Amino acid sequence: MTTIAPPVVRTKGSNRSSGGRSGSGSVTWMALPAFVWFVLFGIIPLFGVLFLSFTTWNGIGDISVTGLTSWKATLTDPGLPHALWITFVIMALSWAVQTPMSILIGVFLATSKRYRELLAVLYFIPLLLSSAAIAITFKALLDPNFGLGAGLGIDALNQDWLGNSTLAMATLIFIVSWQFIPFHSLIYQGAVRQIPTSMYEASQIDGAGRVRQFFSITLPQLKYTIITSSTLMVVGSLTFFDLIYVLTGGGPGDSTRTLALEMYQKGFQANLMGPASAIAVILVLVGLALSLLLRRLGGRADESQLEGV
Amino acid sequence: MINSNFSRRNFLGLAAGAAGAAALAACGSSGPEDKSGGSSGGGGGAASYWSLSGEPGEPIRQAAIDRFNKANPDTKITPTFFQNDAYKQKIKTALGADQGPTMIWGWGGGGLKEYVNSNQVEDLTDWLGQNAAVKDKILPSSFGAATVNGKIYALPVETVQPIVLFYNKKVFEKVGVEPPKSWGEIMALVPKFNAQKIAPFSLGGQSRWTNMMWLEFLLDRTAGSEVFDRVFAGEKDAWSDPAVLDMLTKIQDLVKANGFQKGFSSTTADSNADQALLYTGKAAMMLHGSWSYGIQKADGGNFVKDGGLGWMNFPPVEGGKGDPSNTVGNPGQYLSISSKATTEAKDLAKKFFSTTLVDDEEKAGWVKSGGVPVLKNSDSLFTGDDAAFLKDMSAIASNAKVFAQSWDQALSPTAAETLLDNIAKLFQLQVSPQQWVDAMNGVIGK
Repeated sequence: MTTIAPPVVRTKGSNRSSGGRSGSGSVTWMALPAFVWFVLFGIIPLFGVLFLSFTTWNGIGDISVTGLTSWKATLTDPGLPHALWITFVIMALSWAVQTPMSILIGVFLATSKRYRELLAVLYFIPLLLSSAAIAITFKALLDPNFGLGAGLGIDALNQDWLGNSTLAMATLIFIVSWQFIPFHSLIYQGAVRQIPTSMYEASQIDGAGRVRQFFSITLPQLKYTIITSSTLMVVGSLTFFDLIYVLTGGGPGDSTRTLALEMYQKGFQANLMGPASAIAVILVLVGLALSLLLRRLGGRADESQLEGV
Repeated sequence: MINSNFSRRNFLGLAAGAAGAAALAACGSSGPEDKSGGSSGGGGGAASYWSLSGEPGEPIRQAAIDRFNKANPDTKITPTFFQNDAYKQKIKTALGADQGPTMIWGWGGGGLKEYVNSNQVEDLTDWLGQNAAVKDKILPSSFGAATVNGKIYALPVETVQPIVLFYNKKVFEKVGVEPPKSWGEIMALVPKFNAQKIAPFSLGGQSRWTNMMWLEFLLDRTAGSEVFDRVFAGEKDAWSDPAVLDMLTKIQDLVKANGFQKGFSSTTADSNADQALLYTGKAAMMLHGSWSYGIQKADGGNFVKDGGLGWMNFPPVEGGKGDPSNTVGNPGQYLSISSKATTEAKDLAKKFFSTTLVDDEEKAGWVKSGGVPVLKNSDSLFTGDDAAFLKDMSAIASNAKVFAQSWDQALSPTAAETLLDNIAKLFQLQVSPQQWVDAMNGVIGK
């Protein structure tokens, strides 16, 4: 037995080490497809756009390198600061509306009661619809001549929802919130469920009410979730395109023309691929800066929220 | 300079990729494979054809292709139809990526000129010279917008489409007023209709080119066609004409007087919502292309049949210098042949051009849809329910001293985009007439 044992041990050992080697090798291989796709559709296009921003091209003819012409045209265009402003307004307002609502709904749904689970399923529905479908539906419902207001004879609903600059912006924020609050509620619901119940039990013994519990335990415990959800909202709102394009086309006038729409119009309607690429580069830079800023705001990732628990 | 097709295709792909969700949403669904496209070659007797979807044109286009395919069983033309606004971007993207169809449907003018400058379309001058019989079947006035630098790059097809002022006769009867004969009368009608809670004019303002028709007519009626000719020729500060300021002010006056339906700037023409306002009697009048007749007839139930629809050329403006017979619109639609297609596909397209597209059935089909064909000698076909309308449109088109092409089609896409953008802001009262003139002067000749 003892004479047989060493070879077995040896094989085991060699197996383990070779297994380990081939294991790490296979892990690298598994990352490769994703890496290739990312380089192919993420990195290379980025450099392509950067290159195009130094050229003049109408989209169908020849590309000619023209140095800073496109950048000068883009940076002196009054449409750029306007589009930036509109983008930030949509970002800020949709964040300000969505975050409190999502947290409250998330907390509400975190408690496991039958009827709340049913509600959770219902709240989830907007998430199943595509942005274009949502936009077409709301556009039809809000039409002042053939929409909900005219159909039901309710004059209060008969506003010029998408044709008045201020109202169009408000309507847009509402629809964006309607579409995305379910998603963020889901994130918060999961996060709230992870908070240890012992914290609530302890605070109950100390005589804390529901409101106090919410502000002193739930909210601080959700800190990182808030940062994650905010990052998704902020960076996501940079690329809002389909919803706005179908709903208002950037209008009325240019009241809802975000950076993404400005880029599309420059590139695919005015056939100015150079300036459109310059706007795309600006869009990338703004997005990177914002997500970096949000990470900084989050503080150190390794600090514990559960000290003493 | 990067000239190779490969690089161009690549860069377009790259640009689209980096634009991310935006570009994907816009041009994500790549068009159907062009079976006759440059590189694929070989495939026997196939050609592709892209055009616009929707009534009344699509069934007639489809019928022409079916007729041709039936008559030539060993060859095949494959059509694909797109919505108007989507098509304009789609075709540009496809051509840039060398994925375009054999036959390119278009509006001629500035857009065609851009294809010509990029060597995307075939020069048909010689072919039409050899096939004079084909050329002779088509109205000569339609060739203007197909001609770039003295050469013909497209075959005029389908219909001549002047823009006219449509009105709902029933609504006029109900309110007890007569159709306007001048700009002053138009402005006087506005409060009368508003008092009855009927929108004086229906306008699909989100589509922007719909707003532009108002500028085209008002400028022509006040100052004649010369002002825009100067803009088109690229003359410096050509918009700085007192007539332009006058025209812009008139438009803003009409907007301020609630001349258009509530929410006009979020109404789209692609969905025919503006048409619906007229035939449902929610609006009294609508300035629109003559193709509107076909839509009213198809969608409006008995509205047209019962004689509810009225039409007229845009009325004169008091003291205006323009000839009231002038009109604006589409002198025809245009089919070009891609220069990237195989010789086989090109020949097939030319066969389609010289046979089916100029035959009597084609002519009859368009007449039946309520359009005036670009093909000669169609007046004898103007019978039945649509006779009155067709005769009037034919008269407007042929009596017009100047039949101007729509501005956005005549100008280059870049200039047209700035124009449409500023027009939308004008109707939204976001810019004053003077600001409008300054902004437009800045892009003249670009």
